[in-house]
Amino acid sequence: MNVAEWEARAAAARERMAASGTRVCVCSGASCMVSGGDAVLEATEKAVKSAGLEGSARVVKVGCMGTCSQGPLVRLDPDGVVYQKMDASKAGRVIDKHLKNKALLRESLLFAGPAEPGVERPSEHPFYARQLQVVLEHCGRINPEDIDEYLAVGGYRALYKALSSMSPEEVIGEVKMSGLRGRGGAGFPTGLKWETAYRHVADHKYVVCNGDEGDPGAFMDRAVMEGDPQRILEGMAIAAYAVGADRGFIYVRGEFPPLAIRRLGIAIEQARAAGLLGRNILETGFNFDIEIRIGAGAYVCGEETALLISIEGRRGVPRPRPPFPAESGLWGKPTLLNNVETYAGVAPIIERGGEWYSTIGTAKSMGTKVFALAGAINRTGLIEVPMGITLREIIYDIGGGIPGGRRFKAAQTGGPVGGCIPEQYLDVRVDYESLVGLGSMMGSGGLIVMDDTTCMVNLARYFMEFCMDESCGKCVPCRVGTRQMHLLLSRICGGEGTERDLALLEELAPYCREASLCGLGQGAPNTLMSTLRHFRDEYLVHIREKRCPAGECAMAGAPAGVR
Amino acid sequence: MAALEIFVNDRKVACESGATVLQACRAAGVNLPTLCHFKGLSEVGACRLCLVELEGSPRLAAACTLHVAPNQRIRTDTERLRRYRRMTVELLFSERNHVCSVCSANGDCELQELGYAVGMDHVRFPFLNPICNLDASKSEFAIDHNRCVLCTRCVRVCAEVEGAHNWDVQGRGFLSRIVSDLNQPWAESTTCTTCGKCIDVCPVGALWPKHKAQGQFEKRPEFVSELIAKRGRGRP
Repeated sequence: MNVAEWEARAAAARERMAASGTRVCVCSGASCMVSGGDAVLEATEKAVKSAGLEGSARVVKVGCMGTCSQGPLVRLDPDGVVYQKMDASKAGRVIDKHLKNKALLRESLLFAGPAEPGVERPSEHPFYARQLQVVLEHCGRINPEDIDEYLAVGGYRALYKALSSMSPEEVIGEVKMSGLRGRGGAGFPTGLKWETAYRHVADHKYVVCNGDEGDPGAFMDRAVMEGDPQRILEGMAIAAYAVGADRGFIYVRGEFPPLAIRRLGIAIEQARAAGLLGRNILETGFNFDIEIRIGAGAYVCGEETALLISIEGRRGVPRPRPPFPAESGLWGKPTLLNNVETYAGVAPIIERGGEWYSTIGTAKSMGTKVFALAGAINRTGLIEVPMGITLREIIYDIGGGIPGGRRFKAAQTGGPVGGCIPEQYLDVRVDYESLVGLGSMMGSGGLIVMDDTTCMVNLARYFMEFCMDESCGKCVPCRVGTRQMHLLLSRICGGEGTERDLALLEELAPYCREASLCGLGQGAPNTLMSTLRHFRDEYLVHIREKRCPAGECAMAGAPAGVR
Repeated sequence: MAALEIFVNDRKVACESGATVLQACRAAGVNLPTLCHFKGLSEVGACRLCLVELEGSPRLAAACTLHVAPNQRIRTDTERLRRYRRMTVELLFSERNHVCSVCSANGDCELQELGYAVGMDHVRFPFLNPICNLDASKSEFAIDHNRCVLCTRCVRVCAEVEGAHNWDVQGRGFLSRIVSDLNQPWAESTTCTTCGKCIDVCPVGALWPKHKAQGQFEKRPEFVSELIAKRGRGRP
């Protein structure tokens, strides 16, 4: 495809979208699908047909709209009205009432509940109004299985801009200026990583996308892969141009519902067919193609060196760094490895400029971050917020607070290798440094909210069990250390712990953090350490009084009467 | 190879570029305990016993996989490092069922030596007592997983020197086990050449010749290193 053809195709797609009248967008993200989204899609299509509205309305399946707790969701564009908790019969009523009779089906409006009337304009509701969507801007609005819809909303314009009018150095300069940092959680400056990969000379270079999202309660990357896969491909292609790579891999978590992998596959095929991947892209002489690699179920393969080894077809086990992948990665070649969300943020940076992106967020953490809200929170779902927002705004304004009138206790960020943040820090601004300062970390964006029924010792035990099970077994501190810490925590949760056990835990935790080979072992004691820092009293009550203040632990070792 | 200088515990040490910090330290007579390292085999940085402090880096680094750089400043013997090394040895003893008194390698065992070297007088962590198998199917040798420390020397010597790749690791974490072929009894392995190199490089008594009883087994690890050097393969 040459430039003229590409522009004509995008223009035609735009026209088609505008001319289709009302777009009935049915969420086909994994969360809405498992709660009956496919039946809703079918019923909606049938209702539109039987009402004879095919000329003025078009049913489209789209990616995640964010308010997963209210799914399955249907949005009618351009009105912007969202209907919640749809099923086949309600979907029929929506078509009947909203499309045919031009009236609102009030009882099914988004956030309608026994006490709430629902919202007519979701964009004004705090859930959406407090967000700033850059990565997710098309997610939930376009059909992820149709490249034309991506082209219609300006897809691949950033790639063309980079290929036609920017040198690789200029692309890297723009990413550097944007202040974008690794969204996988560590927060390494993306531009700097690109520059390192660019500087290393080799006959082949690779660009790899880490889609091995494995943290419990995290579904940010999956949502992007399901909702806007072309955006990831475009970001990777821009990165490949910048660093001089000709091949790319997307490493996707194998346990995902097949949706993400299927849609990425469709996206790659369509991009290839359109000439946006492959040889001589947009007639600029740039060659780049992408393959999918599916993980086999090891959490540790989200660690970059293990991920690359797994792509090579070997047992996914981390190796010491340096050399970093940007110097020596896949098959010993310079390899650029970024997370899904990082790549998905690249196209807007190139299109609108690094400077624009850098005005969002805080001085050291620029831009936006996608979070997956889970746990004891009213509106679980997917959100994107500017860096620097407070946890209180996320949990109370966007997330709608804690269900059942219970009290907030702590929020876990960074997944199993992250840490918990207690109530007194709810007003801390969320950025990479502040979370680390509180003993947690940004992580990939899972945010698990806990109320006062959660026992923090048991939380530490749970995440330690996760790390123990997922330890690859290569290095001693992680392999044996996590096992010992889990044993000691289990004793305390079971009412059999002693203060000596606590002392051993406090000795093992920094050892495991500092002596382990990779980020999994280094992060494994984080939840333990942060709960010890903020909730030490709970540990002591378990040990001294053989009692669980939150009432979660069954104190087997407790004397009768105390249980 | 160009010569360069690094500082080990504030002492100037001359070494060749491309060398590891472990090689530089040992050449200069600075002792660092190791377990997974074996002269001539690839380095994996797994046991974490040779951890050193590197000035300017917040992280500890394994000396066996860290390469020397001009004017690098290394500390090998701080209180923290000594404490961590002892914990590593304690954890190894707690992990499986190490009973020296019935072990063929008793008296010629690197884990035992490490216990003395790091000053481990007892194990403070609970013994985990996992259920481990023993594969004595092969007529010449046996492997007792109760004694294995997962250093993967056997895996590497078999793949890198003998070229047979009989050994590999199955499972993960605490449940990792060394396996023969695709977890077949050793006697049924189609790759094992019965060369015995794994027996000689095993730091403990996990791999041993069946005709040796308790304390009788004297390993010849230097034989494997010499063999690698003579063949001109592997690492110096």
